[in-house]
Amino acid sequence: MAEPPQSSARSIFGSLVLIAVVIAGAAAAFAYTAGWFSPERLTPNKMVDALTPPTGVPLGHRRNHAKGICFTGVFEANGAGSALSHAQVFTRGQYPVLGRFNLGTADPNARDATVRVRGMGLRISTPDGQEWRSAMIDPPIFPMSTPQAFYELLLASASKDPDAMKTFAAAHPEFAAFGAWAKTAPWTGSYAEDQYNALNSFVFTDDSGAEHSVRWSFLPAAQPVSVSPDDLAKRGPDFLEQEITERVRGGPQRWTTVVTVANPGDPTADPSKAWPEDRRTVEVGTLTVQQIEPERDGPCRDINFDPTVLPSGIRTSDDPFPAARSSVYAKSYDLRTAEAKDYPRTATDAKP
Amino acid sequence: MTRGRQRFTPLQRLLHWLMAVCILAMLFIGVGMVSTVMPKYLTLVSIHKPLGIAILVLTLVRLGVRLRDGAPPLPADLPEPMKLAAQLSHYALYVLMIGMPLLGWGMLSAAAYPVVLYGGMRLPPILPQSDSLYTLLWNAHFYLAFVFFALVLSHVAAALFHALVRRDGVFDAMAPVPTHNEVAAAE
Repeated sequence: MAEPPQSSARSIFGSLVLIAVVIAGAAAAFAYTAGWFSPERLTPNKMVDALTPPTGVPLGHRRNHAKGICFTGVFEANGAGSALSHAQVFTRGQYPVLGRFNLGTADPNARDATVRVRGMGLRISTPDGQEWRSAMIDPPIFPMSTPQAFYELLLASASKDPDAMKTFAAAHPEFAAFGAWAKTAPWTGSYAEDQYNALNSFVFTDDSGAEHSVRWSFLPAAQPVSVSPDDLAKRGPDFLEQEITERVRGGPQRWTTVVTVANPGDPTADPSKAWPEDRRTVEVGTLTVQQIEPERDGPCRDINFDPTVLPSGIRTSDDPFPAARSSVYAKSYDLRTAEAKDYPRTATDAKP
Repeated sequence: MTRGRQRFTPLQRLLHWLMAVCILAMLFIGVGMVSTVMPKYLTLVSIHKPLGIAILVLTLVRLGVRLRDGAPPLPADLPEPMKLAAQLSHYALYVLMIGMPLLGWGMLSAAAYPVVLYGGMRLPPILPQSDSLYTLLWNAHFYLAFVFFALVLSHVAAALFHALVRRDGVFDAMAPVPTHNEVAAAE
C-alpha cells in the first residue's frame, strides 16, 4: 500500500504478463503432448487413414480385416498350460468363446478369393471375470518388424508411384519372407482348414512367478486341401462365409491351441522373424466352433478383438505391435461405432 | 476476522493439491495416449484408468470434507461478477471431477471392454453394451477433457490473479504452506 502508484501499476502489469506466460506455457505443453506440434508422430489416426482402401472408407466397419463372420463356441483347456501361466483359462475346463473369421482387407465387400491373409478374432471368457482376446492371422510371420515400417508398407502399397513397392522392399529386407509366403503358400477353400497364428510374442507368468516368452497358434483339425487361386476365383464372392456356415451346421470345427515357448535370445520383439522349429511347444487346449452367425446382427460385431485385453498370467512383451494394434483398433472401434447407421442391423432395417 | 477461518483446513488443502497433480497428470496422459501407437500407449492407458477412479473417490471424499468443514468466505470487496464466476467455475470443476471418470467407466462398459484397474482388479460394467451409447459417451469424454483443461487453466489464472494482483487472501486460503501475506495478516 505504501508503494507509489506508478510502481504498483508496473508490478500489476508484470504480474499479468507472468500469468499469461504461465497459462500459455501450460496450453502449449498440452498441445505438444497431444501431438499438435509433431506432424511426424505416428498416431492411430494416421494409421487408420493409411488403411483406407481404394474403394473408400468402410463406414461402419472395422478399418482393417473389415470383412468377417461371427462364431461362438468353447475353449476346452486340458490343464497343460497351467505350467506356463496361472491364468484361469489354462486350468482344465470349458470356457465360452466369441470369435470372428475375417479377411485381411480394409474392403468389407472384397471378393473372398482376392484376399491372401485370413484371420481369426477370439475372446475367451473365464468365470473369474477375465478375458483373453486375440486376433490372429494365417501367415507364419508378420510382414514387418515395427509399426512404423508397417505404416510405410501401407503408404507404399497405396502409392501411385509404380516403383513404390520395389523401393519399399529394398529398404525393408524383412518383407521378403512374407512376400515369399504370399506367393508360394497353398490356399485353402475354407476358414476351417487354416492355421491362425498370434505372431506377436507375449509373456506368460506361472504360479511360481517365473516368466515365459511365448507365441500361440490355433491348428485346424480339418485336413487342409490346397485349392489354386484360379479355382477359388471362380467361386462366389462370399464363398468362405457360405462354406464355413454350412460346414459348422454339419458339425463343430476344432483347432488345437499350441503355445510355443521361446528360448533366451529368441527375437521376441520382432514378429517378422520366426523362432527356430525346435522350440518347445505345449498343447494347451482345443477350440470348438459350434455356431456361425452373420456379422451384421452377430455377437462379434461390437467386440474389439484387442490383443492387449489379457487375463492376469498373460501380459504383453517387448513386441511393439500389440500396443500399436490396441491403439489403432480402439480408433477403428471409435469410428465404426459412430457410423453404425452406415452398417445397419437387419432388425434396425425393419423399423421405420 | 472474528468469524470463520481464513484458510481451508489442512485436509482440504492436502486434497486440493493432491488432486491438482492427479488431474493435470490425467489430462496430459489422456491427450498423450490417444495420439501415439508406441508401447507407451499401453502404459498410459494402464495409468489413466486407475487414476481416473482414484480422482472419483478423492472427489467424493473431498465433497464430504467440504460439506463438513465449509470454505472461507470470498473477500467482501470482490466484484459480484467475479464472485459468480468463482462459484460457477467451482461447480463445473466438481461436475467434471465426478463426471469424467464416470463417463470413462461407462464408455468402457458400453464397448464391452473390461475395466481393469490393476492386475486382476476389475470394475463391473455400469452400462450395457451399446454402440450408440458408446459414441455418445466417447464424444462427451473427449470434448469435456478440453473443457476441463480450459477450466483448470482459468482456475490457475484466477488463483495467480488473486495471489499477485489482488493480493486478497483468496490464494492464501488454499496455499499449500502459510504464505507471507497470511503470516503478516495474522500478526
